[in-house]
Amino acid sequence: MKEARELPKARAPFRVWGLLLRWEWILLPLLALVMLLNGRLSEFFWDPYNLGDATFNFSEKGIMAITMALLILTREIDLSVSSIVALCSLCMGLVAGRGAELPVLVLVSLLVGTLAGFLNGFLVIRFAVPSIAITLGTMSLYRGISQAILGDQALTQYPQSLANLGQGYLLEPIPIAFVVFLLLALLVGVVLHRSRWGRQLYAIGNNPEAAKFSGIPVERYKLILFTLSGTFAGLAAAFLTGRISSTRPNIAQGWELDVITMVVLGGIGIAGGTGSMLGVVLAVLLLGMISFGLALLNVPGIVANIFIGALLIGAIALPPLLKKLLKLGRK
Amino acid sequence: VNAQRRELILLAFLLLGYVLVGSISPSFFSIKAVDAIWHDSVLLLVLALVQMPIIITRGIDLSVAANLALSGMLVALYAKNNLEAPVGVLLLLGALIGAGLGAVNAFLITILELPPIVATLGTMSVYRGLTYVVSGGQWVNSQEFPPALLEFPNARLLGLTGLEWISLFALLLAWLLWHQSRFGREVRALGGNPTAAKYVGVMEKPRLALLYTLAGGVAGFVAVLWVARYAIASTELAIGFELQVVAACVLGGVSIAGGVGSVFGTTLGTLFLVMLYNALPIVKISPFWQTAIVGIAILLAAIVNQSSGKRLGKNILRQESQT
Repeated sequence: MKEARELPKARAPFRVWGLLLRWEWILLPLLALVMLLNGRLSEFFWDPYNLGDATFNFSEKGIMAITMALLILTREIDLSVSSIVALCSLCMGLVAGRGAELPVLVLVSLLVGTLAGFLNGFLVIRFAVPSIAITLGTMSLYRGISQAILGDQALTQYPQSLANLGQGYLLEPIPIAFVVFLLLALLVGVVLHRSRWGRQLYAIGNNPEAAKFSGIPVERYKLILFTLSGTFAGLAAAFLTGRISSTRPNIAQGWELDVITMVVLGGIGIAGGTGSMLGVVLAVLLLGMISFGLALLNVPGIVANIFIGALLIGAIALPPLLKKLLKLGRK
Repeated sequence: VNAQRRELILLAFLLLGYVLVGSISPSFFSIKAVDAIWHDSVLLLVLALVQMPIIITRGIDLSVAANLALSGMLVALYAKNNLEAPVGVLLLLGALIGAGLGAVNAFLITILELPPIVATLGTMSVYRGLTYVVSGGQWVNSQEFPPALLEFPNARLLGLTGLEWISLFALLLAWLLWHQSRFGREVRALGGNPTAAKYVGVMEKPRLALLYTLAGGVAGFVAVLWVARYAIASTELAIGFELQVVAACVLGGVSIAGGVGSVFGTTLGTLFLVMLYNALPIVKISPFWQTAIVGIAILLAAIVNQSSGKRLGKNILRQESQT
């Protein structure tokens, strides 16, 4: 036994502050507050077209956050996601250079992403190495392959159809990428919270060994999650490459940290087994809106990182502190 | 025994690689080339020597490079306005600022009980952002530094550069601290088995607090060496360097699962990385391949580390039922 974990909370007696302290109920008012502040900053903020366009800068990261949430939920992590985006974008660029059109490009991206994710999962499972070490290595490897092939060049020969995917709207102000993000989050969320598979993922996150002994194929699940993480990164790569219509070696560099921040801010505990998909979606929206608001204030991106870093720390430090205070108050 | 054998394997690889590259280009065997590799590896080595004990305790400090950038920028800004400041004062100032930033990590990890990866991920963003704020996005250029500061990393004493002397002292200190002192043994015990360590009376939190503060102080010290050596301070200073530091440790046999790691191994890991960087242009491999090759090296090292170490999650029940 490595550490004593909390007893299952399923049958805990109903408590009002328990409900109030649900993480989603903290994120939602925060999101509302940020939206209101943004509205004060710019009179154009509430314009539907503006709101639609505001989603462009976080939808791709949001897609990657969905599978990252599942991995962190099961005590794993994938540091290589942004490098997978680079690799997928590179392959799309190479194929597009030979005149491939939209369906082929997306297929290539999904395929390359899936393979890269599978390799991560295979190495983690087969050699029983902590995923942080393996994906640190593949992060360097996948990014390195893109750098080696691109050098200091950029691929910019993309068909209009791909640009239409990345920059396009499903219904006039609502971008395709945003809709895809929401649909995928809904789909994965339903599976996670309403199916046996989902409950088994929580079981793995709460206690991998106990899960294994109760007959859950832990390693197969993890392999699937790593592979899926690659697939989602491939999808994000298709949207991103279409949106900016170019592939540089540093495409999406550092995004893994943004994505992990979204997941952790969304209430997925880094120790595994806690959190919900709704929380992650709210955190994606919250971080997206904060970045947008700071951009309205002409705050440089790197300074915006101060807020995001502080938010990440505050988000994790606050709930245990609040709980301690409440416990003191009850005495 | 396993850990020592692994270090010998790495040493063999290092020598083999050195001889291979040298046989392609004999200039690699010259004193000058060895001197260059040594000189190049010092900053990475010193940082890796404090990252190692952190990884041994199953933690990680992702904020080293951002801490380095912020401390380096603050010292550079101070030096710019105090051209007469002695180098020793600047080094001390850097170490103090860095230790302060490290103490923030320590506070988050031990008092607020954040997981180290989350706490240092957060402070990494904050410190990098603050670097931009304090500098206003401006660079401090080589003409603006005190000349004495720029001279000392490359200045030679008894044939060795300033940086090389510092690496010798760092190695000696690290060996004393991590292999000879009670603190070093306690850190190892915490990483090997936290529960057992607690039962024999090793308090986890004060040790971790000291470790992260020390790591911050060393990052601040290295920051001054960094701005002195490269004669520039910018917001982008050492960006992404934290991954190289972790990579040097992993290559050197420090196990991410905790409990395993040594000064000798970490030194070999660092030398391996730096030799690789120096060798690529010689064997006519485009430097653009560097990142990919480092990735493969990390993967191999991580797999070798784990397969000779302990396996997690062994299914004892199934084995019993089968026999």
